[in-house]
Amino acid sequence: MAVNDTLEGTHKIIEEAREQQPRLHPLAPTVNDFNQELTTLNLGPTHPATHGIFQNILQMDGERIISGVPTIGYIHRAFEKIAERRPFYQITTLTDRMNYCSSPINNFGWHMTVEKLLGVEVPKRAQYIRVILMELARITDHLICNGILGVDTGAFTGFLYLMDEREKVYEIYEEVSGARLTTNMGRVGGMERDFSDIAIAKLRAWLKTFPAVMREFEAMFNRNRIFMDRIVDVGAISAERALNYGFTGPNLRAAGVDYDVRVMNPYSSYQDFDFEIPVGTKGDTYDRFMVRNEEIWQSLRIIEQALENLPAGPYHADAPHFYLPPKQAVYQNMEALIYHFKIVMGEIDAPVGEVYHSVEGGNGELGFYLVSDGGRTPYRLHFRRPCFIYYQAYTEMVVGQTLSDAIVTLSSMNVIAGELDA
Amino acid sequence: MADQNESIPAQEQAAAQDPAAQQNAQLLALLHRLFGEAAFTDVEEPYGLLTATTTREQIHGIIAGLQQDQELQLNFLTTMCGMHFPDREGQELGMVYHLHSLTRNIRLRLKIFFPIADPVVPTLTDLYSAANWMEREAFDFYGIVFPGHPNLMRILNVEDMDYHPMRKEYALEDGTREDKTDLFFGR
Repeated sequence: MAVNDTLEGTHKIIEEAREQQPRLHPLAPTVNDFNQELTTLNLGPTHPATHGIFQNILQMDGERIISGVPTIGYIHRAFEKIAERRPFYQITTLTDRMNYCSSPINNFGWHMTVEKLLGVEVPKRAQYIRVILMELARITDHLICNGILGVDTGAFTGFLYLMDEREKVYEIYEEVSGARLTTNMGRVGGMERDFSDIAIAKLRAWLKTFPAVMREFEAMFNRNRIFMDRIVDVGAISAERALNYGFTGPNLRAAGVDYDVRVMNPYSSYQDFDFEIPVGTKGDTYDRFMVRNEEIWQSLRIIEQALENLPAGPYHADAPHFYLPPKQAVYQNMEALIYHFKIVMGEIDAPVGEVYHSVEGGNGELGFYLVSDGGRTPYRLHFRRPCFIYYQAYTEMVVGQTLSDAIVTLSSMNVIAGELDA
Repeated sequence: MADQNESIPAQEQAAAQDPAAQQNAQLLALLHRLFGEAAFTDVEEPYGLLTATTTREQIHGIIAGLQQDQELQLNFLTTMCGMHFPDREGQELGMVYHLHSLTRNIRLRLKIFFPIADPVVPTLTDLYSAANWMEREAFDFYGIVFPGHPNLMRILNVEDMDYHPMRKEYALEDGTREDKTDLFFGR
């Protein structure tokens, strides 16, 4: 009797203590089991394995994750609000800072949205140049994601090899736009400058050397026993759940759905190119890794085709109301001066209308919903950020798995904090 | 279908030439068949994307019905976001939904508008898991309340913020500054 009483008393004390503990989250299930001791673990906000500033409060039973609560917004910069006060061409710099691993895609996606609103037809050459740059951006985006997946599983070498290749791509960006990370590339109506001979030479040189490095990387990882043991069947999501969660991009394709905006709603002449969409079967970390690797090869195919068939002609549309005239002309030509002044001072009104345009970003469908009331700035601009939408599935994907699985799942999802928080 | 709506013959005419318009006409016919013609107002096709306005009483039923529909399979919620039009009395706030059929490649934009004094919209979290954070974002930035949402908290802004910053009454720059008039710089 006495023993039972004591035991019951102990139970009561523990339960009371649990009640008094700060609750993890109103929704987090609290297991009131005497035999179980739960640990609350803060993964982030500044944790090297999250690759960005966001937090996950995990409830752990030993090494297993019971529940998790993601907290985001640490680098929220109110882009949608700021955009309501900026003329269209100034919003490009905001898009740079969303998915900063593939800024050119964001830039051109935004330009194409505005061109759709204005009804500007972009010449073929500019479209091909954009395709080349967007595919380069996709490659760098995937290189970072897959390289870091290697780092998180303990293989640093592959990452360093790939960073070297990314560096070379950034040199091509530099030739084209003058910038490396936040590229602010292109203008509404086309490109701000044509490909220079140096840019073409650098691109051709890179296209020659990169495949060997990529093959080496794949030889090191794709069938590596240790690597596969760490990531096969880790963080899997079914196609049905992935669609319900609004997954797009490589993460959705890894789950087996062949949705790619480049094929379904071709923009910027993607219909001219021959490429394949790799899909996975299980939607696990290994599938995501393999899909990204294969997409790199497909992007290379697109770049080669585009470079081979690069049409001659102007590199920007004849849209003087929106495309800045050459600086030399501004000093010598009255019309150019007038247009320059009007564009820079925001004296030119856009048509009234609403437009949704989406491009295949580095990690999914990057959409721009632009409502124009006829002023110089958007009335409302909403970014469909793929990260923001699919990252909410993270908790569901890692519950029941170990902490180290959660880390590789996170890096294989390619969550970019800039895009997550906009 | 009874041709009460004047725009239908025009759409049929256009549909004969353009496959996108054809799809939109098909989608519109489906919407009218499933939910009645009275459910939709302001049917437009800006830049080829079928857009219709409905009411907040019907929006949940419409999106649920489209999710179940096997013919066009509009069962992918691309995005949803809030809007604010301070000048429209009794219709100040709005929600915009973009749906996508991945099998048929048809997109649909649905809008609802409601008074700012009563910003209550049914939640879609029971249909789409993706709606969870998008609704939190709409709540965070526009103060739109979604009864039935499992966790309606602010998502990007700090928890103790006491206003909804994307509403138009919050100008981006300090309105009291006099050294910078708004004559040339924006609204």
